[in-house]
Amino acid sequence: MFGEKVLELVQELQRSRDGTMLPFNEDGVRKVLEEMKALYDQNQADVVSTREEGQSGLFSGVQLRHTCLERNQRCLLAYLHNRLAIIRNMRWEFGSVLPADVKQNLSDQEFQWFTKYNKSLASYMRSLGTGGLDLTQDRKPPKSLYIEVRCLVDHGEFETEDGTIIVLKKNSQHFLQRSQCEHLIRQGVLEHILS
Amino acid sequence: MASGDDDITEEWSDDEVEMTAADVQQKIEEAWLNEKFAPDLLESKSELVDCMLEQIQQMESNISRCKKGDFRISVHKMEIDRIRYILNSYLRIRLGKIEKYFHNILKKEAARKDDEPSRLSLEEFAFAKEFAENTENHFKSVALRHMPPNLQALEQDKRAPKPNLDAYVFLRANQKQEQVLIEPELEDDQNAEVIDLEEGAQYIMRYQPIASLVTDAAVSLI
Repeated sequence: MFGEKVLELVQELQRSRDGTMLPFNEDGVRKVLEEMKALYDQNQADVVSTREEGQSGLFSGVQLRHTCLERNQRCLLAYLHNRLAIIRNMRWEFGSVLPADVKQNLSDQEFQWFTKYNKSLASYMRSLGTGGLDLTQDRKPPKSLYIEVRCLVDHGEFETEDGTIIVLKKNSQHFLQRSQCEHLIRQGVLEHILS
Repeated sequence: MASGDDDITEEWSDDEVEMTAADVQQKIEEAWLNEKFAPDLLESKSELVDCMLEQIQQMESNISRCKKGDFRISVHKMEIDRIRYILNSYLRIRLGKIEKYFHNILKKEAARKDDEPSRLSLEEFAFAKEFAENTENHFKSVALRHMPPNLQALEQDKRAPKPNLDAYVFLRANQKQEQVLIEPELEDDQNAEVIDLEEGAQYIMRYQPIASLVTDAAVSLI
């Protein structure tokens, strides 16, 4: 059946809807492109034989194949587009450096896209106000100035804004300014204790 | 509105700081809510954002002059955090819309006449252009380049997502509005549906007909 391979790609997207990054399915993409080429060649051949031999019964086949081609194109682009959207979200979650396991799953071109996106975003954020504004901070409405956090991993020393150095050891609890440890919470170093 | 903001910037050095800064804050909060609930990108309020950022800087320098342990510090810091959240959220929402509807927005921007105000600030425009170029290049280099010749075009007009202007929104009228046309398709028709908006009343209706009222600040989205 035509269009089945591209459906697999779309299904893959659907399965990773929780925002995880699956490896770029290079093989799948190549197969879809091959299928498109085969469909196109077949169509060209049919068109030629229609023109030369005057057969008119081939039109419906050509039409069907063309629809398949369009569908393949559309689904393939959707696959790429949605992967970009996931990469974009990762930029906002993890900052400008991707974790190694995510990076592994990107294709070369996707990584290029990420680098460029990073650059555009950084220059946009720098242009805000006089000294720039980090839009990835302050993601949730502030409820209180200080929050209680628990360390989930050994992170080492952490210097707060006023110069005090605290040691973030696994399972230790701290009372910190929310604005300063927000990025650590998002990276999974700290956990916000809600009680 | 622009002239009013200039006054505010100048007055900041005076004693009336509190009062006028509060005005700016109120305006930015309204812009934030409108942006949050409108399906389409609204006009950029970058001058308000800049105002507010300056204000934050001033507050921060005030705080650093305070003695350590002064209870006013925590109150002011909390206030700064809140303002910063609103600003960040506002700009983030706009950026999200730009990324999602970049084709649509850039097309409108190109078709815009010189006397119409731009919906994008200069920085946002630069970002949108870079983003569009980057994304389209990606599509082309990965997939479209390898497709049959008649399918290599990226038909953005057909494919790119458009903001859903028919979405329903909650709104509150800030002033009395009479004869608001809510079925523009029937403009010449005798049966064209018009309604009056009472001041302070709340409504739920389609975004498209009231889009211009949001721009004029005659209604607020809630």
